[in-house]
This record gives sequence, structure tokens and C-alpha cells, in this order.
Amino acid sequence: MALAKRHRVLPGFGLSVGYTLAFLGLIVLLPLAALAWKASGIGVAGLLHLLAAPRTQAALKLSFGGAFAASLINAVFGLLVAWVLVRYRFPGRRLLDALVDLPFALPTAVAGIALTALYAPNGWLGHAFDAFGVRVAYTQLGVGIAMVFVGFPFVVRTLQPVLESMDRDMEEAAESLGARRSQTFTRVILPVLAPALLTGFALALARAVGEYGSVIFIAGNLPMRTEIAPLLIVQKLEQFDYAGAAALGVVMLGFSFVMLAALSLLQRWSRRWAESSP
Amino acid sequence: MNAMVLPRTSIWPRRLQRALLILVAVAFMLVFLLLPLAVVFTEALAKGVQTFMAAITLPEAWSSIRLTLLVAAMVVPLNVVFGVAAAWAMARFEFRGKALLGALIDLPFAVSPVIAGLIYVLLFGAQGWFGPWLDAHGIRIIFAVPGLVLASIFVTLPFVARELIPLMQAQGSEDEEAARVLGASGWQMFFRVTLPNIRWALLYGVLLCNARAMGEFGAVSVVSGHIRGLTTTMPLEVEMRYNEYDYAGAFAVASLLALLALLTLAIKSLLEWRYGEDLAAHAPGGR
Amino acid sequence: MTLELSHLTRRFTDYPALDDVSLDIPPGEFLALLGPSGSGKTTLLRILAGLDYPESGSVHQAGRDLLALDARRRKVGLVFQHYALFRHLTVADNVAFGLRVRPWRRRPKRAEIAARVERLLQRVQLQDMAKRYPAQLSGGQRQRVALARALAVEPDLLLLDEPFGALDAQVRVSLRRWLRELHDEFGLTTVFVTHDQEEALELADRVVVMNRGRIEQVGTPDAIYQDPATPFVCEFIGKANRIDLARVGRGMAAGGWSFGEAPWGAGVERALAYVRPEQLALDTSMTEPGWPAQLRHVYRAGSVAHLELDAPVLGQRLQVQITREDFTRLGLCAGMNLHARPKRAVVFAVDGATDSPSAAGERWTWIADGDPVPALV
Repeated sequence: MALAKRHRVLPGFGLSVGYTLAFLGLIVLLPLAALAWKASGIGVAGLLHLLAAPRTQAALKLSFGGAFAASLINAVFGLLVAWVLVRYRFPGRRLLDALVDLPFALPTAVAGIALTALYAPNGWLGHAFDAFGVRVAYTQLGVGIAMVFVGFPFVVRTLQPVLESMDRDMEEAAESLGARRSQTFTRVILPVLAPALLTGFALALARAVGEYGSVIFIAGNLPMRTEIAPLLIVQKLEQFDYAGAAALGVVMLGFSFVMLAALSLLQRWSRRWAESSP
Repeated sequence: MNAMVLPRTSIWPRRLQRALLILVAVAFMLVFLLLPLAVVFTEALAKGVQTFMAAITLPEAWSSIRLTLLVAAMVVPLNVVFGVAAAWAMARFEFRGKALLGALIDLPFAVSPVIAGLIYVLLFGAQGWFGPWLDAHGIRIIFAVPGLVLASIFVTLPFVARELIPLMQAQGSEDEEAARVLGASGWQMFFRVTLPNIRWALLYGVLLCNARAMGEFGAVSVVSGHIRGLTTTMPLEVEMRYNEYDYAGAFAVASLLALLALLTLAIKSLLEWRYGEDLAAHAPGGR
Repeated sequence: MTLELSHLTRRFTDYPALDDVSLDIPPGEFLALLGPSGSGKTTLLRILAGLDYPESGSVHQAGRDLLALDARRRKVGLVFQHYALFRHLTVADNVAFGLRVRPWRRRPKRAEIAARVERLLQRVQLQDMAKRYPAQLSGGQRQRVALARALAVEPDLLLLDEPFGALDAQVRVSLRRWLRELHDEFGLTTVFVTHDQEEALELADRVVVMNRGRIEQVGTPDAIYQDPATPFVCEFIGKANRIDLARVGRGMAAGGWSFGEAPWGAGVERALAYVRPEQLALDTSMTEPGWPAQLRHVYRAGSVAHLELDAPVLGQRLQVQITREDFTRLGLCAGMNLHARPKRAVVFAVDGATDSPSAAGERWTWIADGDPVPALV
């Protein structure tokens, strides 16, 4: 009598799992299947041709490279901001904390035109940069800044809970043993934060790579210079090159997947290292 | 609090360091976050309040507002039902493939919004899988409201589920078990015990889902066809005006969206402050 | 109306939570499931409640198969270790919950529900707290609400899962005595799980000692204490000195003291004896037979004195417990040499091959000649 297998104590298993699978199947799996199928229609030759095209390469390099650089910046400053918000008390801290989520709550198109207005040569900040001869709007720098904007909350919000629950005893022990503040930071605090930092970095990266609305306005969309990969997909769609659009989409997803898998491995390694270091 | 007594001479570098860090953090956030927000409002009012009012009372503006609200009104309830069902399945049962299901629920987060729109075009567009069939029956999904709704559902799918699953896992099933032993039926248990226990996290998820649904641009842009008055949501209206060099008009609509964002942030902070323990990890992507 | 549990087995992935457990629970009994964590007692309770199901075995009551009913239909009252009170409902609403979710045919009228809730709250002495929320109550108060809530549905069986585990010592003692009074008044069959032996021995009509998914012994508190059935029970309940015996001639002996002729055959070479601290007699004159020992430590604890003796002839320490009067009469002090002899012991045969108590469970109660046989209930 395999009674334990037959009975589930709480009701609703079939209904909840069934509905979830059905919904996911319809909304996520079916469309993604269409993507894969359509992309395959381009054939291997077509795919290689697409990847070899200089414009594609430029766009992919900008999307992924820019996102990487932007996420690195976010990792550094996100850590700083998370640290300041958790460890220090100062007037306006609560307000600042709420502001962190702005990129998350603000519609991307609004962010896009705002950033453009801000960094255009006659904008508040663009003006200052212009004095140094640096163009921000319609350059790769502008793309990077937009990517920093969208990825910022991910790092901060991933680090905050870890910082809040961190045991101060370790730091105090290190200090009483004679470690300088910087040593305590790199040897004691950073290892504990490393997994969360990597997670935040990965989330910011994933967001920045696929970002569209916040970036296309400030990018200027100059072919070979400031075209991002998502824009290429839109253009292919407008030209009814569905197979090409689908193939590019699959390529983007593929790269993202590889990146995230690598990061996840890095995370696991860093967690093990953090637990075993003296 | 660090109970160590430091010699007076070494406190100042500490204090200075602290002040410096705070300064840099604040400066970074002001430049990168606050300035863009401020620009929206200054640009919207750059040509005076009259122009502003005129810009947002144009018929296109009204229809875009109506459409945005309509889409959100359809997307949010559907994702709430999904989120609750998914959370019940994931948090209360053990079964094979559970990790895979979790990854599927999170999948839309990892997909670019443009791709989210693309996949529906490939499914329901004129050359899509169902294109001919839809055409034959006179049903329009792409370049019509249903397409907007579908793309928005995809993009906001994980929001409610991600708020509920960790919370329900942390709460455990004891309350529901108690209700069952006391004689409650499945639905009685759900409405009298489960829902009250998750209500604040549910509200939080609704808030985030709504903000994203109303503000979604990339996915909606791909499936909408930019048909003014018909398939133009507020973010699309912003883009169209901007591309027509109607900056004041674009920023006027944008300022409404920015106000919505600020309202979302305010309610979010309120919920976190009052009901912090009843909410799970509220990092936007956090686990 | 006896609850018959037979051959219940429940495995979790890495260990057996219940291993062929059989038990009869007569109506109205106050039964304690006692054991260390992992012993299976909570699993057994949850199976009775319908929150878990065994892989094999059955639970019957008056011919009905209880396992065929789900938790909702069992007519069982369950009090959780952490109360599981509904946070968003008042105390009164919590207690009324079971009555309000009844199908409308069996649901009492609103006035009737209110009256019942009022009566129950009075019985648990919380009538002034009816409008409060669980968060505003103390641990002991919450426990009483949980109990009232379970009783409101007039169950046939009351189950409590370590009900006092999360409470302060004083609250624990007064609450458990009050629970026993409640049981005597309602006459409800009650099964409660605990790892606290003092609680089990004080409250229960019968105690079920469990270990690693198996029942070690079922009996009255006195029987459990005086006549432990297995080495585990000897070591888990109360304190006991554990002494290894070896065969000497026709009997079993240790350190020169013979426990007399063993009731089992020559095949048994070794045995394990358990002697309770209060069953060791001391002789300061060193003339009577016994183990030579030196008094190492004295711990005075109110009306008794706990002594720690060093007995080199046995190669171990002995724990002895004597009354304060005896302590004074014997004029004991640390460092003294004396003789200690057992008055009563529970002896288990040891299997030479496995080096552990024999699987057949051969057991023997040895009582010193001339000492009165203690009356057993």
C-alpha cells in the first residue's frame, strides 16, 4: 500500500501545477518554440553569414561589451551605495534608499528621453562634458551610461540583505588582531559579499544586454557605432526578415545563457571559497 | 556597536572616510538617478504650464492613457492568478521538475523585451505560425490590443510569483494544515488562511507588475505597429512625439509616467516599512 | 472505540521515521509519546491527524479505516508546537474557525457559535482576550487559545505536538497540570508528544517510549521507570549506572560482586546491568560485601544528595542518590572510602557476536536477597 505516495495532505496540487504549466506553456514555451523554429529556418549558412556581418558583430559587441562595462561600474558603485545605506545613518538615508529603485519603476522610454536630454550637448550634464570636448549623447559612452542607469538597482538590492545580516563579530575580530580597515574589507568582508555581488552583477548584466527603451534614444543608432543588438532585431522585423530577426534573437539568448551559466559557476566557486578561506 | 576604544588621533580619518563614502554614494545617485528624473519635469514644463496642459489633453494623449490603463487592467489580474497558482504549487508541494518550473517562471526576466515582442510576432503575425488561421478568421492579435496584452503578460509574468514563492516557503504550511484539521475545505482554507497571510506580498507584487505593465516599451513597441489612437500606449506615445521633435509633448506624457513611477516608489516604501516581515526578499531580481 | 494502530511504517529518504509500530489506545486515555528527536513520535502524531500517511500499516477505530479519511474528516483536534494561530483573526475568531468552516448543513447558528466560543474561552481563562490578536498574547496564552480552538470542534481525539516546548519552565509546569485537569474533565482521548520525560511521567496514564522509529516500551510511568524493558529506556528515563557483567561460573558478576545465577543458558557470556542511583546501598564500615569505592563529589540538592563514587574495581564512576537523612546518618564526606552494593538491577544479555544487547531482548530483573520487592503498578 503506497499510501504515502498517493496522498498529498494539502489540496490543489493538480489544479495549481496544471494551471501553471498551461499558462507557462502558452505564454512562454510556445512563443519560444516559434522563435527557435523560425530561427532554424535561416540554416547554418545563413546563421554564419549573419554572425559574420560587420554590423551584427558591432551591435553584439556593443550590447554585450557595453553591458559588461556598465555592470562592472554598477558592481563598484552599487557596493558602495549598499554599504553606505546599510552601515551609516545620515539625514535623507530613507529617501535615498527609496530612490535606488527608480530605474526599476521608471518606464524605459521615459528614462531614454530623459538621459538623452541630460547628456545632449545642450543638456545639463552634456554641457559640462562638452567643455572638455567629450560627447556623451549619440556615442557609445551614452549607451554605457544608460546601461548603468538600468542595472543599478540590481546590485544594490542584492547586496543589501547580505550586508544587513552580516555578522559584525568577524570584522571586530580582524581588527582586534591588527588588520587595517582595508585589509578587513578585502579579506573578511568581500569574500562574504562575493556571491551576492556576482548575483547582482549577473542580474544587472542580463538587464543591460537586453535593454531597449532606455538606450535607443541616447544611442543615436548609428550603424556600426552605436547600434545595439535589440535594435537590429527590430530593424529586421521592419524589413520582414523574420528568420534573420529570429536568428539574431536566438544568438542573443544563447550568448546570455552562456554568460549567465559562467557566472553561476563562478558564483558557486566563490561561495565555496568564501566558506573555506581562513 | 564597536566597543573598542580607539585613540583619539585615529577617529578623524575614520570620520573623514565615512563622510567621503557617503558623499560619493550620494553624488553618484544624484547624478545618475535624480538628474534624469528632474529633467523629465523641467523639460515638460519648459514651454510653460499652458503648453503642458495642451499636450496632455490632446486626443492621442487621452487614448494612449486609456489604452495603457486597459492593458494594465487585463495584464495584472491574469498575472496575479498565475502568480498565486505558481506560488501554491512551488511552495507547498514537492515534485519532480520543480527546479525546472522555477527556472521557467524566471525566464522572462532574462529575455530582452524586444525578443519578448518578437516571439509573439512570430506566433501571431501575418507570417507567423497562426498568422494564416487568424487572418482567415478575421482575428487580429499583432498590431492590435491582444498583442499588447500578451507581450505585456510575458514581460511581467514573474513579478507576482517571485514575491509570493519565497514568502510562502518561509511561512510554511502549518497554518493551512491547522485549517484542514479544523475541517476547512480547500477553498475555505485558501480564502480564510492563505490569502490573508500573503496579502501584503500580493499587493507588493501587484504594484511592481502594474508599474512594469504600464511602462513597458520594447516588447510593446514590436507588437504594436504604432497605430496612433489604436495601439499606442503612453510609452509609445512618448517615443512617437519625440521622433516628431515634439519634445515638450513627449516630456509632458513622460512626466505623467514619471509621476506614476514616483507613486509606485512611495507605495513600495510604505509597504516595505510597515509590512517588512510579511514581504519576502524584495530585490528586483533577488532570490 | 479503541484506536488500533498496526504495523505502521514510514520512511523518509534517508531514514525510517516509523518502523513497524503497533499500538492500541483505549478511549479516554492520556497517552504520552516520549523520545529523542528523530524517534518518530511527531510522525506518528501527524499520521493520526491525517497530515502524513504511512507506507504500510493501518489505523482502525471500531472497524473503520481511519487512513481512508483525509485530515478534514478525521474529527481530530491538533495543537501545534508553535500554535499555528491565524494571525489576522482575533482570539474569538480563531476559536470559532472550525465551527465557521463547517458545511452549512452542520454549521451552528451564529449565536450558538458565539456562545460556544465564550464558554471555551472561559474554560481556558481567556474570556477577556476575545478581541485581541495572537501577536498581543504571551506564549502560554497563545497555547491556551490553540487548545480552545482544537476543542471547539468537539473532536474524538486530541493531539498535541510538544505543546509546551516553547514556553518558560514555570509556565510549562502550571500549563501541563492544567491540561491534565482539562482532560479529566472532558474525558477526551489525548495523545501528546514530548521529549521531556518529567512531563510525560508526570501527566500520562501510559507512556510510549520511542527511539529511531520503534517503540521501546509501552507502560505506566511507574512501569517505565521501575521496569525498563530495554537498555535505551534505562538510559533515556531517569538516571542509571551502566555496568558490564561477565559470566563467572554459573552466574554473572562484575568487580567481584555476583548477581547470582542468570536465568539464561551458558551461551550468554556477557551482560549489561543498569542500576538506578537510588538503588545503591552504601556501607561506611567497609565490612559488608560490596564494591570498594571512594566518594569523590557530593551535590546536595534539597531533600536528596547526589554522590559520585569512584570504583576502580569496576573501572568506572558510580552515581548514587540517597536521602538527606541517610547522608547525615552515615556522616559522609568527600574522600571517604566505603562499600557500595546494588539492591536492584535490570540486566540485559549481550550477544557475543554483535557486542550489543541481544536481539532476542533477554532481560532479567535482579533483586538483592532480603530486600523488599517494590510494588509495581
